[in-house]
Amino acid sequence: MYVRSFQYLAPKTVKEAVTLLNKLGGEAKVIAGGQSLVPLMKLRLATPSYLIDLNRVKGLDYIKDQKNRILIGALTRHAAIENSDLIKEHVPIMAEAASHIADPQVRNLGTIGGSLAHCDPAGDWGAVVIALNGEVKITGPRKDRVMKIDDFFIDTYQPNLKKGEILTEVRIPKPQPNSGGAYLKLERRAGDFATAGVAAQLTLDVDGVCRYAGIGLTALGPTSLRARKAEKTLLGRKVDDNSIEEAAEAAAEESKPTDDPLRGSAEYKRAMARVLTRRALKLALARATGGGA
Amino acid sequence: MARKKQLLETAETYVSVSMKVNGVPCSAKIEPRTLLVHFLRDVLGLTGTHWGCDTGNCGACTVIMNGKSVKSCNIFAVQADGAEIITIEGLAKDGQLHPIQEAFWENHGLQCGFCTPGFIMQAYWLLQQNPNPTEEEVRRGISGNICRCTGYQNIVKAILTAAEKMKR
Amino acid sequence: MMQTQYVGSPVKRKEDPRLIKGESTYLDDIKLPGMLYAAFLRSSYPHAKIKRIDVSQALTLEGVVAVYTGKDLKDAVGPLVVESINRGSKVPSHYPLAVDEVKFVGEPVAVVVAEDRYVAKDALERIIVEYEPLPAVVDPEKALEDEAPKVHEDYEDNVCFRWKKAFGDVEQSFSNADEVIEARFRIQRLAPTAMEPRGVVAHYDALNRILTIWSSTQFPHKLRTWVATSLNWPENRIRVITPEVGGGFGSKLNHYPEEVVIPYLAVKLGRPVKWFEERRENLQATTHGRDMIAYVKAAVKRDGKILGLKVRLIADLGAYNYVYTQDNPLVAARMIPGCYKLESIELDVVGVFTNKIATDAYRGAGRPEASYIIERTVDRIARKLGIDPAEIRRRNFIQPSEFPYKTVTKFVYDTGNYEAALNKALELLKYSEVRAEQERLRGEGRYIGVGLSSFVEVCNFSYQSASVRVEPTGKVLVFTSTSPHGQGEETAFAQIVADVFGVDMDSVQVIHGDTLAIPYGWGTAGSWTLTSGGNAILKACKEIREKMLKIAAAKLEARPEDLEMREGRIFVKDAPDKSLSFEEVAGIAYDPESIPEGMEIGLATTSFYVPNLTFPFGAYAAVVEVFPESGEVKLLKLVLVNDVGKVVNPMLVEGQVHGGAAQAIGQAIYEEIAYTEDGVLLTDTLSEYLIPTAVEIPWMITDRTETPAPNPLGTKGVGEMGAIGLAQAIVNAVEDALTPFDVKIEDTPVTPAYLWKLVNAEKKE
Repeated sequence: MYVRSFQYLAPKTVKEAVTLLNKLGGEAKVIAGGQSLVPLMKLRLATPSYLIDLNRVKGLDYIKDQKNRILIGALTRHAAIENSDLIKEHVPIMAEAASHIADPQVRNLGTIGGSLAHCDPAGDWGAVVIALNGEVKITGPRKDRVMKIDDFFIDTYQPNLKKGEILTEVRIPKPQPNSGGAYLKLERRAGDFATAGVAAQLTLDVDGVCRYAGIGLTALGPTSLRARKAEKTLLGRKVDDNSIEEAAEAAAEESKPTDDPLRGSAEYKRAMARVLTRRALKLALARATGGGA
Repeated sequence: MARKKQLLETAETYVSVSMKVNGVPCSAKIEPRTLLVHFLRDVLGLTGTHWGCDTGNCGACTVIMNGKSVKSCNIFAVQADGAEIITIEGLAKDGQLHPIQEAFWENHGLQCGFCTPGFIMQAYWLLQQNPNPTEEEVRRGISGNICRCTGYQNIVKAILTAAEKMKR
Repeated sequence: MMQTQYVGSPVKRKEDPRLIKGESTYLDDIKLPGMLYAAFLRSSYPHAKIKRIDVSQALTLEGVVAVYTGKDLKDAVGPLVVESINRGSKVPSHYPLAVDEVKFVGEPVAVVVAEDRYVAKDALERIIVEYEPLPAVVDPEKALEDEAPKVHEDYEDNVCFRWKKAFGDVEQSFSNADEVIEARFRIQRLAPTAMEPRGVVAHYDALNRILTIWSSTQFPHKLRTWVATSLNWPENRIRVITPEVGGGFGSKLNHYPEEVVIPYLAVKLGRPVKWFEERRENLQATTHGRDMIAYVKAAVKRDGKILGLKVRLIADLGAYNYVYTQDNPLVAARMIPGCYKLESIELDVVGVFTNKIATDAYRGAGRPEASYIIERTVDRIARKLGIDPAEIRRRNFIQPSEFPYKTVTKFVYDTGNYEAALNKALELLKYSEVRAEQERLRGEGRYIGVGLSSFVEVCNFSYQSASVRVEPTGKVLVFTSTSPHGQGEETAFAQIVADVFGVDMDSVQVIHGDTLAIPYGWGTAGSWTLTSGGNAILKACKEIREKMLKIAAAKLEARPEDLEMREGRIFVKDAPDKSLSFEEVAGIAYDPESIPEGMEIGLATTSFYVPNLTFPFGAYAAVVEVFPESGEVKLLKLVLVNDVGKVVNPMLVEGQVHGGAAQAIGQAIYEEIAYTEDGVLLTDTLSEYLIPTAVEIPWMITDRTETPAPNPLGTKGVGEMGAIGLAQAIVNAVEDALTPFDVKIEDTPVTPAYLWKLVNAEKKE
């Protein structure tokens, strides 16, 4: 409950933040919403010498409509995404996912950028942004980089950020008509980190044939994972009970869960990958075809 | 280089913070590591805000910061520099209990009282967001607060009652 | 005639205004001039020898005042007190700071005192402890094996005590049985987790030589005795004050290391010292509860009649005995017969040492275990014999005409009507409709289940004191040795007192939690506060009332028995125009000029009340839906019918039941203190120790039957009912829901992962 001493730095611009981070390197931690970092600091499991607070940086908190995509500033709070009309219109799966993150107070402070950059496999945004085939913009001492979300997750707590780099924006392509998505997570108790979670996003053509399938897995591997085989199983096929079952089976196979003495064995989690993929795809299908809540 | 040096020099052992708490401006020099909850309790003496865990789970420290409910143990006081804060001490006006406080009293929405300020502040935010919540919405809305005494039933009842009162 | 204006009605609480405004003073709100802050360094090893401790780096940190280790304090701060000691049991000395060896994760090793808390914590990081790890044992059954590592090197094994006893002719019951049903039940380890952690402030007043200790405790007087013992300090020069206490649930009735070390430091350093627990410390080193394993054999007739039981009960006591550690398994064992008429029972109880913090009281303290064991067993018998679970209970209940009833384990149940409570619960549940719905849904591949629990508990193990004073202005001061911390007795007691004197409740002030002002008593626990404390108060009030009536009688020229007290006045019954106000009579009592001749000045008295044991009971029912593909459980309906004897404040009763029930829901489905096999605590935050939130707890339907107890108030006790009765109803319901899968639930909590495994293991076979 009592954090180790640190020096506090509150840059006003991204450039300043990058400069500081580049200079201080591993001694510094970037704080956005702080909802994961501060608890770790209170337990003295994280003990940075410098804390670079992004909250004073202007222009990182936005949800913008840009032609065929939506741009979300890294400092955008979960609650803002949960309540955004733009998000609800184009990517309701994001509003749904946001509403399942932790609890209301945490959502009022926690940010999408901070959550993604924390690179916790149990974090909810990774799977959702994977399912939506999103990208992230990285700002650093040299020129900006934009990468597919898949390339951002290297390993547990290891984002693809080089020295001095900060995740500054999340880019989500707007789904085509006849799309639907769902994010389901199994949690032991409201607000708990997921035992397992599945984000599924589908686009169908007029015949009900799958033109796009995005499936992201939460807490089912060292990072948020893309269930590639499951996606492939669906592409170009009619989405029905059979193909969904095959996809669910594929997602279970390609998940890489580990035993957890509290949340369940790898075997259990793998089974949940199947169950949740099935449930999420059915819901996504219903939503893509105009039904479903 | 000079710019970088200058930036680092702004990092100090003590920092000045100013904020408006329950309408009253206050400022102090504190260590950056001071949590907002400790600032409120130890520096300002506003001990109505409690804390009951290390990890941001229990919600006993909930306060309103710039109109949003936050867990004051999950944010450093220096981050609240310039903010407007409302704590449990700021709810009753002119000796008149806030309708949420009244409703907690009338519905036996508290027992040991330790978690109560956090629940009341969260309810305050919740009812601003959603003046007509269903039982389910109330339950979800207070899912970041833990009570070990009441089984929540009378807290839920109190918040639903308060919603009615506040419409009048 | 006692007026019943307040008693029986849902009066709003007197406690609440200060609490809802955030104005009250909890332990951590206390700030004294010159106060220092302490922090404890705790073992991260479950079992290790302490080779060396180097505190020099900590001492050089600016703001650090002192650092002490176990060796430094050993001679001055004696071992902690243990009160419950079974004959022949082993009770290891337990020093507040570990001296040579640590025996559980979280055991205090050193203490730092500093000018502020942050610095104290910084200093902890600078203490170097060299440990030599030793093998640890955490599973109580493994601890009983020959090759198990020993928790205490000096003892030949890990058995703290063994208590084996047969009541009735067990062998005959078993030879007369048509069937013998066997079961194993494990009740997990739980953390009471009061929302306010523990804390202590101590201040030594050298002028009056009084050591004042503020502690977030349930037992101020007991704590004073224990501190006096372990510090070898005169008890009359210790004052224990409980500020507002934020819940206890049994976790704050102990003699904790910090409660001795902090007072010692205040004396030694000559400055006030505060320590306030962090949640991680609370989950590591505040006593846990439950953690028992039962092996049950039931001898039954084909018609469902239970003849006798054999129960082997293995209780994980942790590394050291705390004050009442040994009590819980024995209370559990003796209460296993529950609501039923048994011919015989054989009890074999083993208390086992493990490398964990001690278990001790947690809401219910032995009775939840007892009821869990018997109610789960009864359901297993019902299933085996194909008898409806409600019906099998009826066939075995002790009948209303049989009270007082002496059980096979020698408890004398005071009053009861178990069938009436069960019938009411079934009615509220709409039992037959639910059963029909269950059948219908099974056809759709959905699994709902119904679970019942008929339970009886025992409470009022303690005596209490009360001092009552009516002051010259007619205001009433009530001092109680109980120490409520959320239960609302300031209100309930004021209701009782106001009715005795016929005055307004606002005229009554209830004071608790200050040993300097209040005569000795046990504090608050065990559902005894209202009955034990309330009857003490009632007794004192009646004495004063009698005296006031005598005074009034003299003044009104009437006989005391012709007077009545109501609405703040004392009237002559048949001549209501003749009266004196309560204040006037109080004034006369303190006026030597006007008090009737021969009467002693003043209106003050102290009484003690030693209660008989009371036996509240109830019937609970749960409906659940289980999702076999994921193992999730959803609570659909909960019905809680309680009989707590006479009710003083129904609103408070209901609140107590809700709270206990929520803890039972936690026990059934969510909460578990989990250690790794080698003794590392996995659940040391509230992120991992899962207390249910408002989302997990459903709306609860509560109701009552009322069977008064044979004591002046007629009350029995309510505080632990919900926690005692509900978990087994839920687990019975889950097992019932999974009937098509034929699973046997041995463990709690019934987490999704656990249920999934059970269902799928059956599938595979």
